[in-house]
Amino acid sequence: MTLPTLHLPTLPRVLSRLTVTIPAWPFTPPTSRAFAFAANLAAWPSLRELDWSHVHGRHFCVQVSDIGLQFFFTLHAEGFRAERRSRADVTFTATSADFARLALRLEDPDTLFFNRRLLIEGDTDLGLTVKNMLDAVELETAAAKMPVGLGHLVLALRRLALKD
Amino acid sequence: MSNPALLELICPAGSLPALKTAVDNGADGVYLGLKDNTNARNFSGLNFDEKSLVEGIRYAQGKRRKVLMALNTYPQPATLSRWHKAVDTAASLGVDAIILADPGLMDYARKTHPQLRLHLSVQGSATSYEAVNFYRERFGIQRAVLPRVLSLAQVENVIDNTEVEIELFGFGGLCVMVEGRCLLSSYACGDSPNTFGACSPGHAVRWELTPKGMETRLNGVLIDRYANNEKAGYPTLCKGRFEVQGETYYALEEPTSLNSMDMLPEMARLGIAAIKIEGRQRSPAYVAQVTQVWRAAIDAVKKNRETFKTQPAWQAALAKVSEGSMNTLGAYYRPWK
Repeated sequence: MTLPTLHLPTLPRVLSRLTVTIPAWPFTPPTSRAFAFAANLAAWPSLRELDWSHVHGRHFCVQVSDIGLQFFFTLHAEGFRAERRSRADVTFTATSADFARLALRLEDPDTLFFNRRLLIEGDTDLGLTVKNMLDAVELETAAAKMPVGLGHLVLALRRLALKD
Repeated sequence: MSNPALLELICPAGSLPALKTAVDNGADGVYLGLKDNTNARNFSGLNFDEKSLVEGIRYAQGKRRKVLMALNTYPQPATLSRWHKAVDTAASLGVDAIILADPGLMDYARKTHPQLRLHLSVQGSATSYEAVNFYRERFGIQRAVLPRVLSLAQVENVIDNTEVEIELFGFGGLCVMVEGRCLLSSYACGDSPNTFGACSPGHAVRWELTPKGMETRLNGVLIDRYANNEKAGYPTLCKGRFEVQGETYYALEEPTSLNSMDMLPEMARLGIAAIKIEGRQRSPAYVAQVTQVWRAAIDAVKKNRETFKTQPAWQAALAKVSEGSMNTLGAYYRPWK
């Protein structure tokens, strides 16, 4: 039996240095806006039925270590909302490839944590809650609610990775 | 005597997708818990509400697989009704068995729902046939999950002297294995796993990347610091590194995973009724990977016990998802008595 591997290009290390050079902007970074826009389009339709009331207003940060990008957002009844750079309540850090593997349900977060490929800093309980709530949504259900084409692409990528 | 025909594969389900994944990948049964402290994996967002439980039972039983519900914490007087209600829910929704540790709860289940099948949880910590038979005589338990402290010779001694089916842990994170009696985490968190349902509640855990490495704190108490690229374990007190007489080391135990696959032929010979996979806190991806491997291994050992060989690919797949840097046969393999 071979375990699925998803080959994604490793980006130049120099890019990861950007995180430390970007100043604390007084406005919402366009990267966070783009992230919230994409998340609302792709993920929110399958997440909106869940009860997110206890995480409303909590600040999340997703930090993609290999490309040096940080996304700041909050969750509300209407979906993801981009936020200014700030101290997040919880920060998830991993590489773009590992985030992709998590999103495609190819990898278990605990496995990544044991291998030091996923870091959760801040309010662990908040991070755990979100992780468990996302786990409770079936990928097929989520894909069916994505915009036409995207759902098929996600499932095809997963099948491809599982075959690899 | 346990039933040699069985060797059921019992897999963890912390969510409905995990349950379906276990069933689809060949589990004979799944075990799960409700979204509260009636079970020992009480983590935020994990486990089943009534709606997902109904759907899970329908899915599993529709494919002739079993659903076992863990009610394996110890009720406290002020909230006893929560445990009783959970037993009632299990009975009314038609789970195949409930897994209990508390004798008072067994008594309630036996008297209120005499048709409901009872399994003795590992948390009941019954290590001898006398203990197992006591639960059989008093409460009619039909299966016991043995603690992971016995050698297979000792397991055989239990099996030879009881009618109760025996279930053993096959794979998953190990702890100090003072099941049902461990109060270590309450030292740091104020909560005991036996009543709260988690050794390290999420609210007490903090990870922080510092110049010295990744630090793990439990309610403010520094329990470990990992150097870069050093494998990490769960943030429990028992798996921390502590300074003892000027030396810092794993004073209680090193994070380690049990992997008893090499012992499968012997387990089959003994007539072990079921093999349990640990990990209700893990995601469907883990459930898929581990269930596939164990399904293949159990099928192979059932086909021919004599020629069974653990495949390197199976071991590699299991090592990849394991906690800690090593796998062990645990107490199962111990040539001395």
